Amino acid sequence: MYLKKFVIGAMSAAVAAGAIATTTAMAAETLFIPSMVYRTGPYAPNGVPFANGYKDYFTLLNLRDGGIGGVMLEVEECETGYNTKVGVECYEKLKGKGALAFSPLSTGITYQLIPKASVDKIPVFSMGYGRTSAADGRVFEYIFNFPTTYWSQASAVIKYIGSKEGGMENLKGKKIAHIYHNSAYGKEANPTLEVLAEKFGYDLTLLAVDHPGQEQKSTWLQIRRLKPDWIYMSGWGVMNQVAVKEAASIGYPMDRFVGNWWSGTETDVTPAGAGAHGYTSTTFHAPGGNQALHDEIRKVVYAKGEGAGKESGVGEVLYNRGMLNAIFISEAIRRAQEHFKTKNVTGEHVRWGLENTDMKQEDWKKLGLVDFIGDIKVSCADHEGGGQVRVQQWDAEAKSWNFVSEWFTPMRDIIRPMIEADAAAYAKENNITPRDCT
Amino acid sequence: MFYRETGQFKTSYAADQALLPIAQDRYALLATLVIAFLVVPLVANEYWFQAVLIPFLVFALAAIGLNILTGYCGQLSLGTGGFMAVGAYSAYKMTTNLPDLNIVFVVLISGVITAAVGILFGLPSLRIKGFYLAVATLAAQFFLLWVLNKFGWFVNYSPSGSIAIPPRQVFDVTVTSAHAAPVARYLITLSFVTVLALAAKNLVRGSIGRSWMAIRDMDVAAEIIGIKPLQTKLLAFAVSSFYVGVAGAMFLCFWLGTAETEAFDLLNVSFPVLFMIIIGGLGSILGSFLGSAFITLVPIFLTNAFVGGLGMQAVTAKHLEIIIFGSMIIFFLIVEPHGLARLWQIMKEKLRLWPFPY
Repeated sequence: MYLKKFVIGAMSAAVAAGAIATTTAMAAETLFIPSMVYRTGPYAPNGVPFANGYKDYFTLLNLRDGGIGGVMLEVEECETGYNTKVGVECYEKLKGKGALAFSPLSTGITYQLIPKASVDKIPVFSMGYGRTSAADGRVFEYIFNFPTTYWSQASAVIKYIGSKEGGMENLKGKKIAHIYHNSAYGKEANPTLEVLAEKFGYDLTLLAVDHPGQEQKSTWLQIRRLKPDWIYMSGWGVMNQVAVKEAASIGYPMDRFVGNWWSGTETDVTPAGAGAHGYTSTTFHAPGGNQALHDEIRKVVYAKGEGAGKESGVGEVLYNRGMLNAIFISEAIRRAQEHFKTKNVTGEHVRWGLENTDMKQEDWKKLGLVDFIGDIKVSCADHEGGGQVRVQQWDAEAKSWNFVSEWFTPMRDIIRPMIEADAAAYAKENNITPRDCT
Repeated sequence: MFYRETGQFKTSYAADQALLPIAQDRYALLATLVIAFLVVPLVANEYWFQAVLIPFLVFALAAIGLNILTGYCGQLSLGTGGFMAVGAYSAYKMTTNLPDLNIVFVVLISGVITAAVGILFGLPSLRIKGFYLAVATLAAQFFLLWVLNKFGWFVNYSPSGSIAIPPRQVFDVTVTSAHAAPVARYLITLSFVTVLALAAKNLVRGSIGRSWMAIRDMDVAAEIIGIKPLQTKLLAFAVSSFYVGVAGAMFLCFWLGTAETEAFDLLNVSFPVLFMIIIGGLGSILGSFLGSAFITLVPIFLTNAFVGGLGMQAVTAKHLEIIIFGSMIIFFLIVEPHGLARLWQIMKEKLRLWPFPY
């Protein structure tokens, strides 16, 4: 009986303490960077390297430069588990602490934040994910999705397939299957693929895989029956590992299996072992950890034991992407500090900084990255930034990703009108008057 | 000393049949309502509204709905998430296609639509019982989400399949979408929950509620004393789905503003709501609130205590939270299998004798 009372008492105390902790928010003289991460759950294999890259870059800035413009950075992680409801809870908590920009790394959470961003005046930077039509900066003032979007990516994949088939005219009659995560994220590419199917005359089959994606037997049975010439996949988390393994086990030619940029990191292919050899995926930045910036991170951050993960993880595809995300945000802060002549910038300032992103190869070189990513130029109307896409292939023996194509531009002439139409529909539904960008 | 009904004489039938026959209970309820309606809006900040209070209220209403079906009528259901999704998507379709319809009616009509769907899926309950019915309602869960996900009409052909509620007003105050002040969304949610919870409390102690309980306790005996199983069970499905549908509509309109079907899946909604009523107390309206508070708020408070209070890493806190939350569920089920509502009742009985127990 005493135990029972004791446990109830202890629990009440813990919960009460939590309730009190919930109410106290602190104000700080640092630049507060919220970091929505998922280091638990079915998406953790992909969430962890991204979160590490994101954190490490800010740690590097703190240790090496003393923050940005002399102001230290404070990064606080909030665990979302890729769950939209928890993501919203995290958003509310971190917002109160003076967050400068959010990168939720989840299309579902991004959709939640889109209407809030313009009200709270905190930019949402969904780098290569989220709502594609947010690329129309006239309607989505506070949302950024450069360097490129799902729709552009899908068109780039079709372009790549066309080049492999010896010309776009050879796409006629080819069978292409799209295996997608059955959520807002996975569905994003479908309209583009449908429009392009009409234009180029390939047969498109859409195959949905339900969250979390461990069960794909029926999907791959359909693939065996259908025998598609090409497979395109929009997967995430454990779904990628399962799909690559299944493809290997049915002996599907791996070089005809193209993942999107969220389906092409080391953890996606290593479980399939040698079977994954030749699997390709798109990307908008280089793989590998041999850049000067990586050495810097190893030297400054990991040598002092301040690294967020294991040192061997530096240079994984998603690590690089988290790092890239941090670079875009920190450069936006720097730009805003210079433009507004203040050290303590706000979310509105950072929004300006993101919108005026204009980074060429010499800028990247200064940061210690050579031939890492194409040129990016964001503008008031175009939040997609005109990024370029490249295709990388997995070498199972060397355990590394290697480029198999040059940088190339998505079919922007087809995609941009689709983006504008969707953004206009959103604006109408939500009574938004588009900004004037001229 | 404080909680004693000595000297409270009932002089009319109405007084004898009051919702809360003990004066102290009435005062307590009134005080709670006054605090909830007047004090909380003044002191709470946006985080409390958005992350703590509104989800607690929305899930409390869903738990009341499931409690009517499972706790009072004894029909086990795992389709709560599917029914909530029906409510949310109906609300979305109505607000976007009939922009002039007041949001209060939108929410209520969403409940009615869900009730119709609930009756449809309640039909098998006449033939199958217990765990087998749970499987049948599980089918409803998957089928409804599949339909909403599959056909573009439900999401106005949005390419990503996610729905967003536009700004809508009640008495010129914006109550939906991110443009609404959190306090406005909180107050309208609270009003819905208060009215519907009082209605449910009244419903379950009248003849309808008693016939539900008769079916729950022994359906053959109930039939013999003149309760028609068909109507009674279907009514339970209808009323329960109405509540769950309203909760789903509120989930979309007043809480998140944006949703996709994944937000209503089995592990996100159906199981948690079932756990709410098991932990809170089967067959108890108060239990629905207590269970909702336990399931939605304890994890948040634990995480905040670890991260904000003790300065732990977010991921360590998450792992600890899962461990502690799980052990708490097991602990409460061992010490009080009848739920938190029963714990409260025991406390009240002790309070009556305090400070001189015999």
